[in-house]
Amino acid sequence: MEFIKRYLPIAGLLGIVIGVQLLTSATDTAYYLTQLTMAAYYSLLIIGLCVLMGYAGQISLGHAGFFAIGGYLSAALTSNDFSAYRETAVMRFMDTAGLLLHRQSLYGEPLLNIQPWPACIIAVVVAIIIAFLLGIPVLKLKGHYLAMATLGFGIIIFRVALAAEFFGEADGISEVPPFQLFPGVSVTGDFSDRVQNYYIAWGLLLLGLVLLLNLIHSRVGRALRSIHGSEEASEAIGVNTARYKLYTFVISAAFAAIAGSFLTHYNGGIGPSEAGVMKSVRYVAIVAVGGMANLWGVLIMGILLNFMSLRGMFGTYDDAVFGVILILIMLFAPQGILSLRIRNIFRTKRNDT
Amino acid sequence: MLELSAVHKYFGGLHAVNNVGFKVAPGTIKAVIGPNGAGKTTLFNLIAGGLEPSSGTITFKGRPIQGLKPHRVASLGMARTFQNIKLFHGMTALENVMLGCHIRSRSGFLAGMFNLPRTWKEEKDIRARSMALLELLDIAGYADVEATSLAFGQQRAVEMARALAMEPDLLLLDEPAAGLNIYETAEIARLIERTREMGITVLLVEHDMSLVMDISDEIVVLSFGEKIAEDVPDEIQRNPDVIKIYLGEDEEAAV
Repeated sequence: MEFIKRYLPIAGLLGIVIGVQLLTSATDTAYYLTQLTMAAYYSLLIIGLCVLMGYAGQISLGHAGFFAIGGYLSAALTSNDFSAYRETAVMRFMDTAGLLLHRQSLYGEPLLNIQPWPACIIAVVVAIIIAFLLGIPVLKLKGHYLAMATLGFGIIIFRVALAAEFFGEADGISEVPPFQLFPGVSVTGDFSDRVQNYYIAWGLLLLGLVLLLNLIHSRVGRALRSIHGSEEASEAIGVNTARYKLYTFVISAAFAAIAGSFLTHYNGGIGPSEAGVMKSVRYVAIVAVGGMANLWGVLIMGILLNFMSLRGMFGTYDDAVFGVILILIMLFAPQGILSLRIRNIFRTKRNDT
Repeated sequence: MLELSAVHKYFGGLHAVNNVGFKVAPGTIKAVIGPNGAGKTTLFNLIAGGLEPSSGTITFKGRPIQGLKPHRVASLGMARTFQNIKLFHGMTALENVMLGCHIRSRSGFLAGMFNLPRTWKEEKDIRARSMALLELLDIAGYADVEATSLAFGQQRAVEMARALAMEPDLLLLDEPAAGLNIYETAEIARLIERTREMGITVLLVEHDMSLVMDISDEIVVLSFGEKIAEDVPDEIQRNPDVIKIYLGEDEEAAV
């Protein structure tokens, strides 16, 4: 019974995903799939953040940083030339293992890159390690202090992306090659592979959703909610709160890094704005709009708002819109927009009981 | 079961716990009483791991536990309840009790995410065990009600069930009768005795004298952080030092 309750909506979502693709093909509006693909990757990050914020109750204003670590490392390792390091032990080892890609530049000079698979794995592992090292000290903080510390981390990543030659400074990294997952299946922005990439992105998002839904309905998920409720009581029943918060932080960082890596290959590049603080604020705003401890609500809002933003519906006020959304949600619907009953807005006095 | 010796705790210049030592024998009910500010709750937090003693030792089942994190102490077999009930918001009574099973189950992050068959089975066991505890405490009817919306007495029972779900060797109760009427207090007293019959040792801090005198095997009296008496209830009631701190010297003369 509970099994059906958990997985039936996922089957329903899968049906909608397929339906939308068929509809866009039939009506010759397949260009929507591009934004839906990108929205799916952003939503992968956002559902990870949802478990951290909504369930474990720990805020992070630095998740664009983890997204950027995933994206930038994938981009740099697959696009930058490592010919100069050809003779180092690491490179020779990777060459024997078949992890390197020998190419030629337009002028016939040899180029040496790392294959997308190992690059992606390196990127995600680095994000996980950084999340560990960052999480151990900062997750001792609570509330505003944790927000400030993670914000600081986000700013550091942003400035590094902006300043490092390795990461292309203000221009970012472009001409990132396609990411061949299996023969014939690649993450790429090529128009001919648009439908395929739509399914890759949504497949990944659905997989992430299933994993997180399982997690929040498990013993660990219950323990995470107890931390959110009262850390003191949670400790008293034997929950290792420090470890649980850290693991959740790391998992959400890994989700962000995977999303960053895939989306960078899809877009064929990444720029410093992806690491920007406003991106982190946007992710937090979407989790808040979706209702914090509501994975489905957050997913729906993640797709909807990212899609609208990517379609340019907010125009030049894009970031401002997300700021306003955050304020309005905190004022009128702290439980998320799906909890909102219209009449509440017009009620002048609120009963606190 | 539990042994404190020469435990001190300073908060800056305040000597909150001064050279306190006593033993709790297995299978007994021991109470700690004392006027407000005597250091009872501080003592509790020292035992349960929320605070580290300034000096002295606390051993539980023969092993020193002072300075351990609360979750470590809990996993060694010590459960506690709180004076101002701490149930988890937004969770049903059943879920609260299921959380008590946390230390008696294993599934971690990966097992949870992939929902392995043994995780699935463990979850069923936890649910069944928690439901049985709610039945034992006569609150099974509220299993699916949000715990924090229950009446106060029922919340106490849920918190008690959550502590029992941990299958502890020692149960610490911080003022279990606080905020309860006489009927609910009698109910709690019955529950505490039942707990002992289950083989669980109990240490409680309490203001309600009738409860303490009825159920305790031994009583420790604290005043301004110092232990001034330790004896069986009848003797405690006759102890002039205890009468003095509870009634004051003049009143004693008047009596």
